[in-house]
Formats: sequence, structure tokens, C-alpha cells
Amino acid sequence: MEDKAVLVIGGGVAGMQAAFDLAEAGIRVCLVERTLSVGGRMAQLDKTFPTNDCAICILAPKMMDCYRHENIEVLTLSEVTAIEGEIGSFKVKILRKSRFVDEDKCNGCGDCARVCPMGILNKFDMDLRVRSGAYIPFMQAVPLIYALDRDKCMRCGLCEVICGKDAIRYNQKPEIVERNVSAIIVAIGFDPLDPSGLTEYGYGKYDDVITALEFERLICAAGPTGGHVIRRDGKEVKRIAWIQCVGARDTRDNRPYCCSVCCMHATKEAILTKEHNPEAETFILYTDLRCFGKGFQEYVNRAEDDYGVKYIRGKPGEIKGKENKILEIFYSPSSDKVEKLEVDMVVLSTALIPSEGVEALAEILGTELDEYKFFKLKDPYNPTGTTRAGIFVAGYCQAPRDIPECIAHGSAAASRAMEVVLGGSYDRRA
Amino acid sequence: MTEELRIGVFICHCGINIGGVVDVPAVVEYASTLENVVYAERNLYTCSSEGLEAIKSAIHEHELNRVVVASCTPRTHEPLFRATCKEAGLNPYLFEFVNIRDQCSWVHMHEPEFATEKAKDLVRMGVAKAARLEPLEELTSDVIPSAVVIGAGISGMTAALSIAKNGFYVHLIEKGSEMGGLLRRLYKLYPTEELAKEFLEQRIKAVEEHERVELHLSSSIKDVEGYVGKFKVILDENGVEKSIDVGDIIVATGAKELEPEGLYEYDGEKVITQLQLEEKLRREDLNRNGIENVVMIQCAGARGEVVKYCSKICCMNAIKNAKLIKEANPDINVFIAHNELQAYGEEYELYYRDAKKAGVRFLRFPLEKRPKVRKSDGKLVVDVFHERLLMDIPLEADLVVLSTPLVQNPDAEKLSKMLKVPLGQDRFFFEAHVKLRPVDFATDGIFLCGTAQGPKDIEESISQGYAAASRATIPLAKGYVSSEAIISSVDEAICVGCGICESVCPYGAVEVVETEEGRRAKVTGVKCKGCGTCGSSCIKRAIKMQHYTDDQLIAQERTAFVTEREVVS
Ligand SMILES: Cc1cc2nc3c(=O)[nH]c(=O)nc-3n(C[C@H](O)[C@H](O)[C@H](O)COP(=O)(O)OP(=O)(O)OC[C@H]3O[C@@H](n4cnc5c(N)ncnc54)[C@H](O)[C@@H]3O)c2cc1C
Ligand SMILES: Cc1cc2nc3c(=O)[nH]c(=O)nc-3n(C[C@H](O)[C@H](O)[C@H](O)COP(=O)(O)OP(=O)(O)OC[C@H]3O[C@@H](n4cnc5c(N)ncnc54)[C@H](O)[C@@H]3O)c2cc1C
Ligand code: SF4
Ligand code: SF4
Ligand code: SF4
Ligand code: SF4
Repeated sequence: MEDKAVLVIGGGVAGMQAAFDLAEAGIRVCLVERTLSVGGRMAQLDKTFPTNDCAICILAPKMMDCYRHENIEVLTLSEVTAIEGEIGSFKVKILRKSRFVDEDKCNGCGDCARVCPMGILNKFDMDLRVRSGAYIPFMQAVPLIYALDRDKCMRCGLCEVICGKDAIRYNQKPEIVERNVSAIIVAIGFDPLDPSGLTEYGYGKYDDVITALEFERLICAAGPTGGHVIRRDGKEVKRIAWIQCVGARDTRDNRPYCCSVCCMHATKEAILTKEHNPEAETFILYTDLRCFGKGFQEYVNRAEDDYGVKYIRGKPGEIKGKENKILEIFYSPSSDKVEKLEVDMVVLSTALIPSEGVEALAEILGTELDEYKFFKLKDPYNPTGTTRAGIFVAGYCQAPRDIPECIAHGSAAASRAMEVVLGGSYDRRA
Repeated sequence: MTEELRIGVFICHCGINIGGVVDVPAVVEYASTLENVVYAERNLYTCSSEGLEAIKSAIHEHELNRVVVASCTPRTHEPLFRATCKEAGLNPYLFEFVNIRDQCSWVHMHEPEFATEKAKDLVRMGVAKAARLEPLEELTSDVIPSAVVIGAGISGMTAALSIAKNGFYVHLIEKGSEMGGLLRRLYKLYPTEELAKEFLEQRIKAVEEHERVELHLSSSIKDVEGYVGKFKVILDENGVEKSIDVGDIIVATGAKELEPEGLYEYDGEKVITQLQLEEKLRREDLNRNGIENVVMIQCAGARGEVVKYCSKICCMNAIKNAKLIKEANPDINVFIAHNELQAYGEEYELYYRDAKKAGVRFLRFPLEKRPKVRKSDGKLVVDVFHERLLMDIPLEADLVVLSTPLVQNPDAEKLSKMLKVPLGQDRFFFEAHVKLRPVDFATDGIFLCGTAQGPKDIEESISQGYAAASRATIPLAKGYVSSEAIISSVDEAICVGCGICESVCPYGAVEVVETEEGRRAKVTGVKCKGCGTCGSSCIKRAIKMQHYTDDQLIAQERTAFVTEREVVS
């Protein structure tokens, strides 16, 4: 019965939902996640629009449900390196990189992290916080198993001495494991665009020009500043502006698409800023406001009417730094005028792009990508079917969508995989 | 109680999360002085495998028959600790959770002494309740391995076909005489511009041909009884009453276009809706000869005019129809007066650009100053307030097309009452959780998809159709459902059959039935979610909530107001 299983690649909300539905229907699932923990981008968010639910609070139980499910095998720090076969019987090779910690022994006490003298920027916190060389990416990481960053580790031996479980393995070797599955679901999500190349916004040049994902970490109570929205110099932010469509809907780098979520996440971030500090002034500079989802227009109304968030139509041409770390945004609300807005922090709603490594994975899977490197659909009205039979796609890596849409898409891909595993009524041609 | 009570208490440091504020050793010491407590210890992380092992070995070693854990929150951790008790052979409901993170170390972060005192109080209360806990069993019940899908639009057809392909029998119920829903009335579809008719033909055929789909056309639902696993759906099929037994139900009843009565001089002839335009295009009876100018007005009735919400599809739909008209007759001027433009996602932004290239003109108005339609010398004129010029631009129009939002079907209310599932403020069916459960209802065994849940395009309706199929397949494939152990029960000797409980239960789990003694309330175990609403509203106190019995709660409250000294001595 080994082949009556499904491989899910990517442990974000979309992948977890797919895995969970399949497992609940009695199908065995192997969930392969590249990082140390499942959760994906949603784990990095503070709250979620349009309900302002705390992201990690509602996500953590889902992560645990997935990890603890008897039908789900979660392989973290792992990547798919090869597949063979076809729909109904794929043979998959998975590279399990080393954690340098014995997964069965570690109980997540964190003693190793406390004694480790290294200080390394934590990617999960968008490099805004330092972690040690022995670490988990965030408190609620699932599984709660530490890892050593052997690229940076100087092998001082302290963690090995302190670990009461004798779990440190400096010489652990990576492993290749094989799994036989009937169907595959890809759900590898997105990366935020690095806006350094778009020089007009001054990212990298001015300290207080940051990206939206960095802002999510800043305003999160469990984040690097304990939820305080402060400038790099430690001062409280009083006037803050969001700039929409940074690198998106932009033909310069062939990224004409709309990312679908940033108008709303900017709205959310402005509301949260106001909740933290009602005195703060918040501005959102946008081109078209995309408020199309369930409850979104009502959310925007609340932002404007109840919180006093100011929406300004106009695309900034340039951002300049002045003395006292004041940032001047030059924008044109109409074609013949240029206006200036002075703020002390700028948040860039950067384009969201397919995850790093998507091309290599598509190559391994034998599936096609579209012009912007999202997974291509064989039939545009069959929203989870890739160009290869038996391989389905879910979540943001197929096209921009928000969390509930990713979850529905994850379940949708699960049903397609169930058709293969339970029904057996699949068509080899598609 | 005959058996000797032996309570074990486990206090968690949660790293520094609790231990950094609450004096955990002091709480442990205090706990060990409480009545019936035979063992108390602290753990760095009670939920780590080490902590769980500690609970299990203490259960064996100290013959514990009640376990209390004081830690983070039952929302995430109660299932884990219950499972641990079970693994050690203890009934999982002989476990009591005390929340000293959210309720002590977090909210009293800056007052560690008070936090510690409160932790002691809560532990004392937890122990008092634990002493009165009773073992409970979860119920399981069989599932009839088939489903009902209500509504044969594209989302319902998708859901039905996928469940059938998953191996289960499906009844697809449609009130109209044909499948296809709203798409039957459309001309071409964005973004592919294929004919709606052709799009539907192949899909209808696939549903018709599947051996496990039973189609019920011209059928309406008369009544629904039962619960997940065992629903009975009563149909009126072409005047004949039928009864169908199924395991679960999907609602895919779609939506309709708002009729803009009294808005923008709407008359159904010169001022029409997008759907009316589609029908004209489909039947090829749009008299293009007399038309020089077409003006489309976006958000007609939406975003604060009649309904509050944005209807998601009408911008793209206007762009599609504008582009089709322009491409067929480049001499016709087509204007779209809009506020925001919902050309979201990957393809729609490009499609919008294509329409601009084709020569469709876009004019933006502020939402506070929507366009006005007036008649001048027998001609229609649309005044669009220009955002930048700050003045009205009069546009002559031979045809005005109103992009009105999708709204809920009028008969949805009746269906929502029959199924006991809610409608939201926007009148669309309201899912269990806006973020995490987009196609589930709060009631087990009932799911939703498509525009019944809110406006959406075809692709997303199909995506949700598959999603609902996945969710509905789960109980069918499992073959059983298990329900809560914490449910209510009625003491028939006390109940007077007044029916208050029946009227307040949000899950329809209590019903008043005739018995030999007269009318009495009856609880259906698998439907009950243990919310306790019935119990708190029964004036006769005939309802007992398991695990939250009066006896247990009163004991807990009494000890809350006793000072530490009184308890110890
Ligand atoms: C700043 C910001 C704020 C947002 N706020 C909201 C909000 O409030 N509400 C809302 O609904 N949406 C919001 N979103 C959108 C939301 O984050 C996405 O819709 C959602 O997270 C996408 O989920 P996913 O599972 O498709 O992808 P992801 O969350 O990106 O998950 C993909 C997973 O796959 C893993 N992975 C990647 N490549 C590989 C590989 N090759 N092999 C194995 N694993 C791999 C990744 O490590 C990751 O765990 C926001 C987005 C941003 C940028
Ligand atoms: C003018 C217009 C143009 C559009 N153009 C496009 C386009 O080009 N591209 C695109 O992607 N989207 C388009 N859409 C959106 C598209 O129509 C919807 O996404 C789609 O119809 C949703 O399908 P559905 O199955 O959820 O609902 P529906 O199509 O509404 O189907 C619901 C079905 O349920 C039946 N039903 C209702 N109540 C009951 C009941 N109580 N009992 C039994 N049966 C019941 C109805 O008779 C109907 O057959 C357009 C919408 C409009 C209004
Ligand atoms: S000290 Fe050992 S047991 Fe504790 S977290 Fe580190 S590796 Fe795991
Ligand atoms: S969602 Fe808003 S900010 Fe994001 S690309 Fe689309 S229009 Fe721009
Ligand atoms: S989709 Fe466009 S026309 Fe429809 S309500 Fe939203 S903004 Fe208005
Ligand atoms: S409210 Fe009480 S008395 Fe009235 S029917 Fe229900 S159980 Fe009986």
C-alpha cells in the first residue's frame, strides 16, 4: 500500500491544508518543507486582514495538527531532488539536510541556544533580530527541535556540553530518502521582492525605508522590538506612509501583475499602527485600491472612518532623506502637479514573486512555469492542475491569492489528489 | 465517591514565558498542600516529550486518578495533555487545565507577586474541580457514504463531480430545469473569451455521464433533518416528494445580479445591467447600428450605494464586455466610468491593459460623487465627475450599462433556516472562519462553495467547488464521525418541555419530543458541541453540561473566595 500516499512540497498554509485534508481522509502524506518549521509566510505576519486575527495564534494549532497527525510525515530542512514515474506511481528522492541535532532526542529546551556565543541575523525576523548558532526560527516553531547553523558555527563545543539529552551531532550527514506516492502537490509559496534595485525608493539607502514584511515583524508583539514601531534610531514613529505596487504592476522588470494582497495588508498595517499609537499619522499612497474580497471594502471603510487612515492616490516618483531622518516623498496626485509628503518611516508594499528555487523544482517535477515563473495551469479553469498529470499546485505559487483563498486552493488540490488515490478514476492524459 | 482521590499537579515554566514572572516553585509547594493532591512537580516545558513522560510516569508511580496541568492555554494544549493521560490509561476527561500563562504571567507581567498569588488561586480552583470530574466517553457514529450538493452552477457541478471521482455517490439538486447556473446566461468568459455555452457543454456532459452522480433537476429542498453522517433531505422533484439519506451536504446555490430599480434611470432598455448586455450579445440582438457611445458605470449599487461590499467580478466583467464591443465595432466609443478597478491577480491586470490597448476609455470618479444619468433632448447623458479636472464631464450615451453587484438569492434565507447555518451581514452564507475555514460551516457535515459564499469569478468558484469536495469527502472516506464527549444531557424527571433550550441551541442539537411522560427535551449527542447555551438557559435546571456540571463549577467558585490560610489549615 506504500504507493497510496501523496507528497506535498511546501509547508505554508496551502500545503498544510492539503496535507491535513488528505490525512483526515485516511491517506498517508509526506510533507516536505525546506526550512526548519512549517507555517510559511503566515507565521511571519502579525495580524491578518480583514478580521485582525493574530496570525500565529490561529496558525499554531494548525501546525501542530499537521505535525501530530498519524498519517502525516513532516520532513523539515528537506528538498525534493528527483522524481521518477508517472501519475499513480511516482518515486521521489528527498534530500534531508542536517540539523546537526538528533531529532529524536532533542526536547526543545533551548539550553544550547542560551550557551551559544554566536550572533547571527535571523531570517525569519527579516534580519532584524539576532539569534544564536543553535536555534529555532521562532518560538512556536513546529517541530520544536533545535538546529545548528554549521555555516557560522565555530564548533566551540559549548552546546554539546550543556545539552542534557546528548542530542548535538556536529558530524551529522545529510541523507537521501525515497518515498513512493500516487500524486504530488506543490505549494512552495512566494518571496518578497528585494526593492534595492528600485533606487527611487531609497531602500538600503535610508534606514527607515522598510518592506511590509519587515514591518509585520516590527509590529508583532513577539518580534524584534516587542511590537514597538520605532525608527532605526529608536525614536517612536509619528508619521508613516505605505507605498503600494512597489515593483508590481510595473512593466520595467516584466512584473505587470497585481499581487492581490498588498492593498489590504497595507490597510491592516495602518490600522494596527493606529491601534498601537492613535496619535500616529498614517498614509497609504496607491494607484488602484484592490479591496475585492469578502469584507474588504468594509475593512477599508473602518480604516478611513474609525481609524483615520489617509488614502492618497498617487504614485511616488522619488523618496529623499532630509535632516533629522525625515523622509520626503514626492508624488503626483494628478499629471500636472507634484506634491510632497514628509514622514519618518516609509513601508514599501513590495511585489511578491515566486519562491527562490522555483525553476529548479519545476525542472525536477517536469512541470511548466508561466512567464512570471508561477506554476502554469494546463487549463485556466482547472485551478490546481499543472501541465503534468498527477502533479497539482496550491497557494501563492500558482498565482497571487490571500490566506483563505490559499486554504481553499489547498483543499482543492487535496480533492484532486483524492481522485487519484481513492477513486483511481484518473485520466492518464491529464 | 468510593474511590480515593489522588490528584497530581504539574506546573509549567514554559521556559521564561511563565517562569519569568510567576514564582513556579512556590506554586508547586502550595499545590502540594491542597486537599487530595498526592503529587506536585514543575516542568520546564510540560508539553515537551520529557514533560509528557513525567506525567505518564507519575500517573503510574503515584497511582494518580486526576491530573491538573497549569500552563499556557487549553486552546492549543488541552488535546495533547488529554492524549497523554489516555496513553497512561487514565480517562482523558479526568484531566483539568489551569491557564497560568494567558491569565497570570501575560496579563500581570509587571506585577509578579500578584501573578503568583493568582496562579495559586487558579490552581486551587482547578484542583477543586478535578476532584469532582467524571470519566466521559467520545461518541462515534457511522456515516452514510454519499453526499448532497445543492445548486448545479459551476461550483456545485465541480464539487459533485469531484466527490464522485473520489468514489462516492452524489445527489446534485438543482431548482432550475438545467445545469450551469448563471453561466447559462453569459456570452463570453473572461479572461479566456471562450463562449460560455461551449465552456458549459463539456462540463455538463462530464457530470451527466458520471455513474455516481444522480441529478435532480427542477427540484427544491423541502426539509432537512439529521446531522453529520446521517442527514435526511426531503425533496420536491417535479411535484414528487422524495427522501434522500446522505452523510453530508454542500451548499452551492450561487447568487444573482442586483436589479438596480430606481438607480441611474435604469429602464432595462437603454439603461441596462451587465447581465442584460450579456444576454443581448449572446442572442446577437444588440442593435449596433444605432449605437455610437456606450457608457458603463461601475459600482452601481455597490460599495455603499445599496450594498456595502465590493462585488469583485464587475470590474473585470465590464472590461470584458467593453473590450468585446470595441473589438467587434472599433467605431463605437466605449467608456468605463469607475472608481477603483479590481483588476487583481496575474491575468486580470494584463487583460485590463489589453482593453486599454483596444481603445476602451477609462474615467475615474470619486466614490462620493458617483456618475448621474439624465435625459437631454431625448438623448441619454452621463455626467462623470472628473477626479482631476474637478468638474462633470457630460458623456452622451446610446446605451448605458450598469455594473451591479452580485447579491444573495432571496430564497437563501429559507435554506439557511432549514440547514441551521447562518447568513452574514452581507446576506451571503457565512463560513465557519473567515481566514481558516473558507468552505466549512460551523455545523459539522455542511459545507459551502461558489458565489453562495460571496462574489467571485469562475476560477475561484471552481477552486472552492473542489475544496468543498475535499472537505465533504473526509467523513465519507473515514466512514465514521466522532463527537465531543463534553455534551449536554437532560434530566427527564425535571424537564417540563418548555422548549427554551431548543430555541437557543445554535447547532440544533436539542429538540422537544413527545414521550410517555409528556413533552421532554432530547439531546442528539453527535450534534452537540458542548457550548452550554442550553444549560444556562434552562429555567428548571434540567440540563446538565458534562465536564461543567453545577456541582463542579460551584465547588470551583466556592474555593475561589476562600483565602489561602483557610484552605491550608
Ligand atoms: C507583508 C504581507 C502581509 C500579508 N498579510 C496578509 C493578511 O493579513 N491576510 C491574508 O489573507 N494574507 C496576507 N498575506 C498573504 C499571505 O501571506 C499569503 O497568501 C500566504 O502566506 C501564502 O501561503 P502559501 O502556503 O501559498 O505560501 P507560503 O506561506 O509562502 O508557504 C510556502 C512554504 O513552502 C516552503 N518552500 C518554498 N520553496 C520550497 C521548496 N523548494 N521545497 C520545499 N519547501 C519549500 C517555504 O519555506 C514555505 O514554508 C500577506 C503577505 C505579505 C507579504
Ligand atoms: C453579468 C455577469 C458576468 C460574469 N462574467 C464572468 C466571466 O466572464 N468570467 C468569470 O470568471 N466570472 C464571471 N461572472 C461570475 C460567475 O457568473 C460566477 O463566478 C459563477 O456563476 C458562480 O457559480 P456558482 O455555481 O457559485 O453559482 P451560480 O452560477 O449562481 O449557480 C447556482 C445554481 O444553484 C441553483 N440554486 C439556487 N438556489 C437553489 C436552491 N435553493 N435549491 C436548488 N438549487 C438552487 C441555481 O438555480 C443555479 O443553477 C459573471 C457574473 C455576472 C453576474
Ligand atoms: S540543548 Fe539539546 S535538547 Fe535542548 S534544545 Fe538544544 S539540542 Fe535540543
Ligand atoms: S494589491 Fe494593491 S499594492 Fe498590491 S500590486 Fe495590487 S494594486 Fe498594487
Ligand atoms: S468589482 Fe469593481 S464595479 Fe464591482 S463593486 Fe468592486 S469596484 Fe465596483
Ligand atoms: S429548557 Fe429545561 S425545562 Fe425547558 S424543555 Fe429544555 S430542558 Fe426541559
